[in-house]
Amino acid sequence: MATVEVAFTPLPAHVRTARLVATAVARRSGVEESLLDEVRLAVGEACSRAVEAHRRHCPAEPIRIELSDLGEKFEVIVRDAVPGPAGSSANGKTNATQDNGVSFPAGFGLAVISGLADDVRISATGTGVSVRMTWPAQVAAEALPRQVKAFNGGN
Amino acid sequence: MDLKLGHYTKDGIEVVDVEGEIDVYTAPRLRELLIDLVNKNNYQLVVNMEKVEFLDSTGLGVLVGGLKRVRAHDGSLDLVCTQERILKIFRITGLTKVFGIHDTVDLAIAARKSEK
Repeated sequence: MATVEVAFTPLPAHVRTARLVATAVARRSGVEESLLDEVRLAVGEACSRAVEAHRRHCPAEPIRIELSDLGEKFEVIVRDAVPGPAGSSANGKTNATQDNGVSFPAGFGLAVISGLADDVRISATGTGVSVRMTWPAQVAAEALPRQVKAFNGGN
Repeated sequence: MDLKLGHYTKDGIEVVDVEGEIDVYTAPRLRELLIDLVNKNNYQLVVNMEKVEFLDSTGLGVLVGGLKRVRAHDGSLDLVCTQERILKIFRITGLTKVFGIHDTVDLAIAARKSEK
């Protein structure tokens, strides 16, 4: 089970909330302060992409985020519920963000993510697309005393 | 923090002050402002991003859209930004080669004037 799970309706206003939660959990999971901006931006990009896909294809379905403290890694998975061609916009060949004739391919946000996260994996399944991102983390300081205590207790 | 927008004219150049977060939620407001300014024949723009706390690819799209609009009228769109966290996204996307990025509004205006 993820450390924190969030589900939100696909509205642009909620992307900021997702960014804030992800940053807070990353900090608590031991991600360096200097990397928190990257977590914030990458999670925002992944959520923006998912919101766009949901609004076109399934506006009633929530977007799900899993934030996991894996010890030496912090992992974020953003899952949408748009299978098929829309979901495969992750490859940048379909949908586009339009702005007065300027088109950023839908994969543009993902390209930004790949420049930010330590490791990025994008997978499209029959149920939707997931963007998995990880960053290095230190074992949270508060977890150490508990481990030491447990060790001592064992003796 | 939400997005705050303002604008004023200095030395014949329209300066747009942006404060807060530019993302998928707030970027449409910036886009509307830039379109409105261009529609009112302002083709020399400086966007002051010194108080921008967050910028994502949606915001970049709006800035590129604004640049394209003013260039259609032989205009310009320069940026003012010294924050590393914001500059980083311009570097990652290669947009540092597309926009003139300056340290202050005065330097942006001076650079634009010198090119005339």
